[in-house]
Amino acid sequence: MTEQENQSRLMRWHIDGPLFGALLLLIVIGLFTLYSADGHDLAKVEGQALKVTFAMGIMTMLAQINPQSYRRWSLPMYISGLFFLLIVEFFGYTAKGSTRWIDLGFTKFQPSEMMKLAVPMAVAWYMAKHPMPPRTRDVLAGFLICAAPTLLIAKQPDLGTSILIAMSGVFVLFFSGMSWRIIGFVAALLAAFLPILWHFLMYDYQKRRVLTLFDPERDPLGAGYQTIQSMIAIGSGGIEGKGWMQGTQSQLEFLPERHTDFIFAVFAEEMGLMGVCGLFLLYLFIIGRGLVIASRAQDNYSRFLAGSITLTFFVYVFVNIGMVSGILPVVGVPLPLVSFGGTSFVTLLAGFGILMSVSTHKRMLAKQ
Amino acid sequence: MRKSRIAIADHVAEALLFNRRLLVAFVMVVLLFGVLLLNLYQLQVVKYEEYSTRADGNRIKLVPLSPNRGMIYDRNGVLLAENRPVHSLELVPEQVKDLTQTVQALAKLIAIDEEQQQAFFKEVKQQRRFKSIALKEHLTEQEVAILAVHLHQFSGVTLEARLTRNYPYGDLFTHALGYIGKINEKEYKQLEESQQSANYAASRDIGKVGLEKFYERQLHGTVGYQEVEVNSRGRVIRTLREQPAISGDDLYLSLDLGLQLKAQEALGENRGSVVMLDPRDGAVLAFYSNPSYNPNLFVHGISGKNYRMLLNSPDRPLVNRITQGLFPPASTIKPLLGVAGLENGTVTEQTRIPDPGLYRLPNVSRPWRDHSKYGHGYVDIYTGIIKSCDTYFYDLAYKMGIDKIADFMTKAGFGRPSGIDIHEENEGNMPTREWKKIKHKQNWGPGDTINIGIGQGYWQATPLQMALTTATLINTGARITPRLARNFHNQQQDQSLLLAPEQAITVVDPNNWAISREAMRRTAQQEGGTARGAFLGATYDPAGKTGTQQVINIAAGQKYNAKAINERHRDNAMFVGYAPHHNPEVVVAVVVENAGGGGSNAAPVARVMMDHYFTPAAEKPALPTLAEIALMQEQRAAQMLAREQRYAEEKAAEEARKLKRQQQQHEPSAVPGGAVPATIEPATAPVTTAEQPPITQNRPQPQANGTGSGTEAGTAQQPDAAAPAEGSPNTNSAVSQAPTEDNPIDD
Repeated sequence: MTEQENQSRLMRWHIDGPLFGALLLLIVIGLFTLYSADGHDLAKVEGQALKVTFAMGIMTMLAQINPQSYRRWSLPMYISGLFFLLIVEFFGYTAKGSTRWIDLGFTKFQPSEMMKLAVPMAVAWYMAKHPMPPRTRDVLAGFLICAAPTLLIAKQPDLGTSILIAMSGVFVLFFSGMSWRIIGFVAALLAAFLPILWHFLMYDYQKRRVLTLFDPERDPLGAGYQTIQSMIAIGSGGIEGKGWMQGTQSQLEFLPERHTDFIFAVFAEEMGLMGVCGLFLLYLFIIGRGLVIASRAQDNYSRFLAGSITLTFFVYVFVNIGMVSGILPVVGVPLPLVSFGGTSFVTLLAGFGILMSVSTHKRMLAKQ
Repeated sequence: MRKSRIAIADHVAEALLFNRRLLVAFVMVVLLFGVLLLNLYQLQVVKYEEYSTRADGNRIKLVPLSPNRGMIYDRNGVLLAENRPVHSLELVPEQVKDLTQTVQALAKLIAIDEEQQQAFFKEVKQQRRFKSIALKEHLTEQEVAILAVHLHQFSGVTLEARLTRNYPYGDLFTHALGYIGKINEKEYKQLEESQQSANYAASRDIGKVGLEKFYERQLHGTVGYQEVEVNSRGRVIRTLREQPAISGDDLYLSLDLGLQLKAQEALGENRGSVVMLDPRDGAVLAFYSNPSYNPNLFVHGISGKNYRMLLNSPDRPLVNRITQGLFPPASTIKPLLGVAGLENGTVTEQTRIPDPGLYRLPNVSRPWRDHSKYGHGYVDIYTGIIKSCDTYFYDLAYKMGIDKIADFMTKAGFGRPSGIDIHEENEGNMPTREWKKIKHKQNWGPGDTINIGIGQGYWQATPLQMALTTATLINTGARITPRLARNFHNQQQDQSLLLAPEQAITVVDPNNWAISREAMRRTAQQEGGTARGAFLGATYDPAGKTGTQQVINIAAGQKYNAKAINERHRDNAMFVGYAPHHNPEVVVAVVVENAGGGGSNAAPVARVMMDHYFTPAAEKPALPTLAEIALMQEQRAAQMLAREQRYAEEKAAEEARKLKRQQQQHEPSAVPGGAVPATIEPATAPVTTAEQPPITQNRPQPQANGTGSGTEAGTAQQPDAAAPAEGSPNTNSAVSQAPTEDNPIDD
């Protein structure tokens, strides 16, 4: 009775209870890990908590919006996103050798963050206009929608983000029922493209990262340093871990980027394989819940979008943990909802806001 | 219409297709999580040990702890080398708010010159922010006091104390103790080669010369370790374990402070040396070479100016005269040569030869003269020694031959390293036929042997060898190994470093040795003995032999300086002696350079030494306090400075004269009557002196040289004693064995 009441109240707020609970748990774990990772600086954790609260607010707000509205706004968002990317291309703000930002004076706006949602929305919008499975030319059109922003972002250069954005679009195509033949063909094409990517498009530092992956010890103090220290941190954690705030690699600062991209190594060192399994279960639950929401969605647009958002979330998790544990090259991908950061939280939780919108609006629709 | 109908119709199929894709996606997700988990299992379970070890390797560092260097004491336990805290003003840049301002504020309290400030800021740039960096080292007590009062006003500023070596008696023990200094690159290499570098991980200093170098291994001690946890930038977080360093062993010497002081006092401002040994075990009781220098200068890095002064001084204070100074031993070898003749059967106790005041060889026109113009009449071995009759020993040497003499004397201790426990030693030269062949590409002539008969010619010995061979005479052919150090003192061991005498010479008749010793006793005690005057009234039954060695070697550049020639070319006074005659406890060898005759200039120094030794402990004068010593040291330093100034002035005056003469030669018409020719006058006198040196005792005129090899014997026989490096055949450069090699100059 009470649970039902509770659920209906959450429903009225358009909050998906299980998802919300799991996200909150993950965020709390993240804050504790951050406290341990970053010199036990409570002020910093409080600042992060504030940002997270802000992002949760955005998530809740976005959850209130009907999926159909998202559908209507998909194209305009995509087009304006492209426009911003063009502005970045020509007038963008440059930092650390790449041009990713538009300087608004009071703050810097990163259009590629917006595109993380705009691209899957646009592709979903387009694919949902046509019945499943899509015709080849629709698939082609879908790829084109992905390609434009991907290339612009890759040119910034921000290879990691561009690939993730391309993937979020491709996931929509996958969920829309793109035939396995095309999937095989695309995979073959990508394989053929890899040498071209390597020889003509990748920067030296990107190549070094890939080379380092295969043999981190080849440059233990340079490109390999992060990976080696990270693997030492994880490995020395063992099964039970060294205990919260007891990780020597992280506490004594041997681990680089320990509060951002490499925070998983801090967690794995201090919580051990047991903690890692728990974390994996939590992530798996969130992803599973996302897929369930997608499955229960009542129109194709919502399905595609929810599926893509969930799968993209997984890709983040996989790529981050893969790179931190030494099986993927080091690309600047944070561990979702755990790594320190503001923008990434907003983008990620915005995505979950859309998921909740999908999750909580369908029944209302059904009732109406 | 149609479109929407189709859409509606396919709704279920679409949902089915979508759910199938979801399933595929979910399976992929689970599989990929599996891959991650497998990899993490590999890292955290399979390779746990490896990574755990590497994590510890990251965080645990070994910090070496330097051991305290062993102290050095004299035979009575007086501290001769100690470790004294030296204060330095240090800053931790990380903890200082405004570095420039702080340094300026500190410079107002104590003097910190521009150079020190620049060096400091340079260091700051190179070092980690949390590392302490010295702004000023070797603070005076006054500076420490000032800083201590004001230190609370500064954050990140500390007064650090580090132990450094201090030699409280200054120049008194320098040539024995040596000193320590910063380890240089060459020494690092040597440490690495001998696999000692780990033991020096925390050490700054190493023994450079003297006992400090010879006993380096034991004095240094064993390094300790602290196991600390560090962060990625090397900052120490906490100490995990500690293995304390083991201090070096304390060294007790045979040297006696009182005797050292007596030696220094007796030599005064004379160049020379005093060495006193115990003939029974080789223990060195006194070991002083004058002038000496203050080893404390070298510990902290000597200034370039001071170093050049020591290096270039004509007095050669860096040279250890006892072991590096080479002198023809002159008449001091007569007792031992007498033993050689007796043992060999060349002469007997009864052998008497006439001494008309000169000695002639058949077919050689020019004679060798005795120091006594009128001769000593009929001379036996006793008179030969007591009156130091040259003719007797010319004859003895000629009859015995160089081969037998060289063999006997080498066994006795000449021409070979003494084995003393410092590395700075010349082995001298006991000449042989082969040696001359190689060195001078000439055959050995009878004239060479005759020169050897009175301890001259090619024969060169250190004062230590003179003492040592006298001990061989006392010990009837048993040779001692002189030792400055007596034993190390620590909990585990208390072993003597002294070595037992070695029977180096096979004795034919012990009485032969007693004859020479008796002659030495009479030399010191009997009317007519050359050392009698010096030992009048001595109650401890002394014995001895004097020697006077004339210095004739004049470098070309020196002959215009009359004063220097007169001073530097006076005779070297020598004396070897022992006491008591029947049960000798001490042997003394004294060389006083350019002092004159041995009996009147060297023997009195030996007398002072022996008097002090045989004075009962209760009656000995009280030792000076450290404050008095410090005062004496200051006075000696001032004296030395004055001497050096005088030398520099003399040199400048000489050069001015030279220049003037050159000008006169080149343009005689330019200054008609301007220069008075008389100014060159002084030069003529010493030139004649140099060419025709006055004949004094013990010195043969190099007029004849046996087989007619010209004047070779005369010119080669006596190198300048004050500069043993020059022209001495068997020596490496003596000066370069002194501290110069390591360039301890701090610029």
